[in-house]
Amino acid sequence: MEGMIVQGFNGISLGSILLLIALGLAITFGLMKVINMAHGELIMIGAYATYVIQLLFKNHLPPEYFNWYFLLAIPFAFIVAALIGMLLEYTVIRHLYGRPLDSLLATFGVGLILQQTARSIFGAPNVGVEAPPFLRGGVEVMSVMLPYTRLFIIALVIVCFLSLFVYLYRTNGGRRIRAVMQNRDMATCLGISSRKVDSLTFAIGAGFAGIAGSALTLIGPIGPTIGQNYIIDAFMVVVVGGVGMLTGTVIGAMGIGLFNTVFEFWTNASMGKVLVFALIILFLQWRPEGLFSLRTRSLD
Amino acid sequence: MAFSLSKYLFDRRWLFVALLIILVACPLFLSDFRLNLLGRFLAFAILVIGLDLLWGYTGVLSLGHGIFFGVGAYIMAIYLKLEATSGAVPDFMMWNGITELPWFWAMFENPVMAISFAILLPMLLAGTLGFFIFRNRIKDVYFTILTQALVIVTVTLIISKQEYTGGTNGITGFSTVFGQSLMAPSTQKSIYLITVLCLGLIFFLCYRLVHSRFGKTLIAIRDGENRLRFSGYDTSLFKVFVFALSAGIAGLAGMLFVLQVGMISPTTIGIVPSIEMILWVAIGGRGTLIGPVFGAITTNLAKTFFSENYPDIWLFFLGSIFVIVVLFLPGGFMSLFKKWRFKKKGGIIDETKSIEEAKRPAV
Repeated sequence: MEGMIVQGFNGISLGSILLLIALGLAITFGLMKVINMAHGELIMIGAYATYVIQLLFKNHLPPEYFNWYFLLAIPFAFIVAALIGMLLEYTVIRHLYGRPLDSLLATFGVGLILQQTARSIFGAPNVGVEAPPFLRGGVEVMSVMLPYTRLFIIALVIVCFLSLFVYLYRTNGGRRIRAVMQNRDMATCLGISSRKVDSLTFAIGAGFAGIAGSALTLIGPIGPTIGQNYIIDAFMVVVVGGVGMLTGTVIGAMGIGLFNTVFEFWTNASMGKVLVFALIILFLQWRPEGLFSLRTRSLD
Repeated sequence: MAFSLSKYLFDRRWLFVALLIILVACPLFLSDFRLNLLGRFLAFAILVIGLDLLWGYTGVLSLGHGIFFGVGAYIMAIYLKLEATSGAVPDFMMWNGITELPWFWAMFENPVMAISFAILLPMLLAGTLGFFIFRNRIKDVYFTILTQALVIVTVTLIISKQEYTGGTNGITGFSTVFGQSLMAPSTQKSIYLITVLCLGLIFFLCYRLVHSRFGKTLIAIRDGENRLRFSGYDTSLFKVFVFALSAGIAGLAGMLFVLQVGMISPTTIGIVPSIEMILWVAIGGRGTLIGPVFGAITTNLAKTFFSENYPDIWLFFLGSIFVIVVLFLPGGFMSLFKKWRFKKKGGIIDETKSIEEAKRPAV
């Protein structure tokens, strides 16, 4: 029983991290069909933004405020990553709509540049971020210790997901985004500026990467290559979930997280990865388009 | 007269013959160190020919070729290691408490087995994977991401099975090959010439392939797979075949690479090298077999130069090339040649569009 709770919690915890990272990708890859390999570096930017805020609080403000730096760091990470994302969209991505494989190569180059920039500013070694005091320790459920940081990440994912869902499906801005992504010509005819929508959508996707980076600082040290460790897993989540569907992304992330933990428990970390990969290939035999996908009648 | 000269000069076949003659003559005037370096780049050049067959002609982008390169390289490394220890258990295995040679090491003590498996195993691996992926029409972007996941999976596996693969350190410490001292200048010179020979051979074979009916089918798959399927072709079989073929070529390249570098480790075959291989094709010009060969050689020369002199800015440089080539020069450097030749002839060029752009539905 305890073992199952531990495994289940670890699975959900890993799944929630994957989901947080994949949320941004579900927008840029799922909706915009841009393979943004620099997504990992946007995560890194979020992580370093958190680090900077932490340094500011530590060095320039009285220690009693330190407790609250993280609540400021999350929106800050969102804004910084979104602004850099917007710049990236304006300079590079906007030329690559409709050329997904080219977008992969170009953004990979951008990723290398951003990594080297981070290395030049913050140095190559990893830096540590201190978790805020109210997140230290954990809660005990049936003699199993659940750390507060993990619970906080799960809560953060839920908040992010719900706000994204409400924005996309319940507001005019979100409707505009979905309209442009589904039928650009018709949306433009109806008076929507597709350029503005593209830019905004990409910025939102980048912003969620920033939040993910912020959350990753709770888990371990951060360095210039932090994003690369998670990026492929996040792409797999979107592929399994089905492109363009938020629900699919959630199920994909939780599924991969749970299976990964279970396989790792049975074998070891590297065999776990192999088994998850094999499982994904098998799964795609059954559903090549992922769990959920928009049906279209378009053919080339 | 000048006109026909330029026609011959830039006819790709002559370009390649000229390149081949220069390469064969290189040992006469290059130092041993530089020759060894060039030999490594030629191994990469062999690899990109296969990659171009897959990406440039068939339109399937694989980011997993580092793995097929690695399989060839690792098998050759195992053979060399066993020759160095004369069949005994290598040192890193002993440190991990393994006293008997595992069977997948023992079988590569035989050079014929090693060389044939270095090519056949990548083909088998790619064939199986390709069969499962292409059969269900898993589309291009999905395929690309899956190959990338394959790289991660394989690299983690190699690192974690340290007792069999040497882990992050990889396999090193070779002394001889076929009884000749491996790092001796004369051996290295012959290995270099073998590499040039392989490059010429592979190029010739692939050139014949893409200019045959088969090659036309590949281009048709790239430009309109659905239409081809409606005409009754089983496109997935073609794709599996080309994927396996290019993986085999990558295995051969890996084998030649190890002979010249004298070591193999997971960092040589990971994500970044696998994507860099694609860059070489893109820089040279996909869909032109000669372009990628030039791309691989020049990019690696530039990499050596920049990382020797300015190690800090090398990544900036590499990243910028990615962005610039993709954005402004989708046809690679060969498209510049093409434009120039066309202008000389007095033709009016349609703005050279990238393959994906031409495929792009009118949105």
